[in-house]
Amino acid sequence: MAISDNKYDNSFKRRSKKLKWRLIAENYELYLFLVPALLYIIIFHYIPIYGIQLAFKKYMPLHGIWGSPWVGFQQFEMLFNSPSFWRLIRNTVWLSLYSLIAGFPLPIILALLLQHLPNALFKKIVQMISYAPHFISVVVIVGMINVLLAPNSGVINHLLAILGFERIYFMAKPEFFPSIYVWSGIWQRLGFGSIIYMAALSGISQQVHEAAIVDGANKLQRIWYIDIPGIIPTAIILLILNAGNIMSVGFEKVLLMQNPLNMSTAEVISTYVYKVGLQGGRFEFGTAVGLFNSLVNAFLLVLVNQIARSYSENTLL
Amino acid sequence: MRAIGKTKGDVIFDIINYVILSILLLVLVYPIYFIVIASLSDPHAIYRGEVIYKIAGFNIDGYTRILHTPQIWIGYRNSLLYMTVGTLVNLFITIPAAYSLSRKDLIGKNIIMGIFVFTMFFGGGLIPTFILIRDLNLYNTPWIMIIMGGLNVYNMIVSRTFFQVNIPNELLEAAKIDGSTNTYFFLRIVIPLSKAIIAVMALYYGVGHWNNFFTGLIYLKDKELYPLQVVLRDILTQNQVLADMMSGDESFIEQQKIADSIKYGVIIVACIPMLILYPFVQRYFVKGVMIGAIKG
Repeated sequence: MAISDNKYDNSFKRRSKKLKWRLIAENYELYLFLVPALLYIIIFHYIPIYGIQLAFKKYMPLHGIWGSPWVGFQQFEMLFNSPSFWRLIRNTVWLSLYSLIAGFPLPIILALLLQHLPNALFKKIVQMISYAPHFISVVVIVGMINVLLAPNSGVINHLLAILGFERIYFMAKPEFFPSIYVWSGIWQRLGFGSIIYMAALSGISQQVHEAAIVDGANKLQRIWYIDIPGIIPTAIILLILNAGNIMSVGFEKVLLMQNPLNMSTAEVISTYVYKVGLQGGRFEFGTAVGLFNSLVNAFLLVLVNQIARSYSENTLL
Repeated sequence: MRAIGKTKGDVIFDIINYVILSILLLVLVYPIYFIVIASLSDPHAIYRGEVIYKIAGFNIDGYTRILHTPQIWIGYRNSLLYMTVGTLVNLFITIPAAYSLSRKDLIGKNIIMGIFVFTMFFGGGLIPTFILIRDLNLYNTPWIMIIMGGLNVYNMIVSRTFFQVNIPNELLEAAKIDGSTNTYFFLRIVIPLSKAIIAVMALYYGVGHWNNFFTGLIYLKDKELYPLQVVLRDILTQNQVLADMMSGDESFIEQQKIADSIKYGVIIVACIPMLILYPFVQRYFVKGVMIGAIKG
């Protein structure tokens, strides 16, 4: 994930500009290797970025995006004055923060538990099984949520009934939506999320642990003083990446989990863009909402990166 | 070593560890186990709450109905096609670019990298992309399912890291002395040495295509073109296809119960390809994360 690589050789630095051009000519094939990727990224990412100007225009399909007239910030005024605006923001931020707060520490804990498991076979079994849900598609996950939580036939409600509780129509109650979204996500990604921490843990020298054992440290002490400091760099980078996505909750899953009864907590910015902008045909408004969303994301990423930078050297940008 | 260091605290730690992980296993496995037994049980028994830990009233009616639903097979066929061709396109775009960026002597590497990385954090959003796709006449064609997501920048960075670590500079120098061109070196030396990363990438992209629901939802209109995930959405959350799967002479409540039974079966049918492949390919996914972690 490191972005720059400045390890030029010394000899390389001293080369003149002329030699630089010769090197480019010599390696022209390397640039040809980049052509498909650059073409793809320019067409499918940079042209839509150019299309963002639509947020400030009145779209006339016949004239194209470029030829449509400018109208200024009226779409944004409409967005900020819309009664549903704050509800959208609240829902979006809450879903993301809840996912982050609940979902961030758990893979770390799982990795630590697995790392200190004495039985290698049991460790393998837990790993094998916990990674698997990661590969289930979001459509199937939501289908599973629906059938498991169904009011009359769902097994959760049968278990509630057996234990003497009342049956709950979970998917129809807005107050349950964030928890169902977050915990099903944790169910799906906990195991796979732990792999990266397992990698970080395996990078810690076994000798440090052995020395600590000789000094009489127990497992909890070793986790606290050896393992956790060892995985903090990884954790910070993942935290920064996650923070940059606070405003982009999983569009597909939220959309699939929505029904007319849970909309008060289930409508988020991305699903709103889809419905109003695309299905409703209000392209300018949809673009404006999308731009607002991207800007907040970019701002959060930079902010968290700055905060991380002032506390340690482990930063992304 | 362990035996010496095992304190009383460690024994307690181990016991708690086993208990927590056993509960975790149960929580992870039970939902899937329940859906398997429910898909093989009598729908009435499921409603009565008799299906908790074992099959009640063995019944494969749901599967029979699924087998006779053409939409599902069309979806399977389409998804298979999109996945195969799409993944080949992905590899063609990703691997050469990743190799090129792994080279220390590539002038302008940081600028090019920046062009790619920027798109990870900022994009045009749904609507401008939609307008572009429509203007390119890719809307409602199979091509969009193949080309969309053609390059995943994160995957490219992972591949680049692999090349940086695994293709020693000496190899390149030696090949250059022998008069090898970059293309020859890439095709004849780099590719054969990089089967592992190509497998990892093929699987990452392949699973991405197979599970892709978004592209089909936004850019396809014809049901004939739907990938499996969009068909599944119709069955699992929209109850549209379900109506066609009834014979028509069942009562409403009866239909509800059969619908549930079909849903359990559909979830299993959708997971089968993954379940069969998973044990064989699991280690490649782990490897991918590990390579990504080297630099992350």
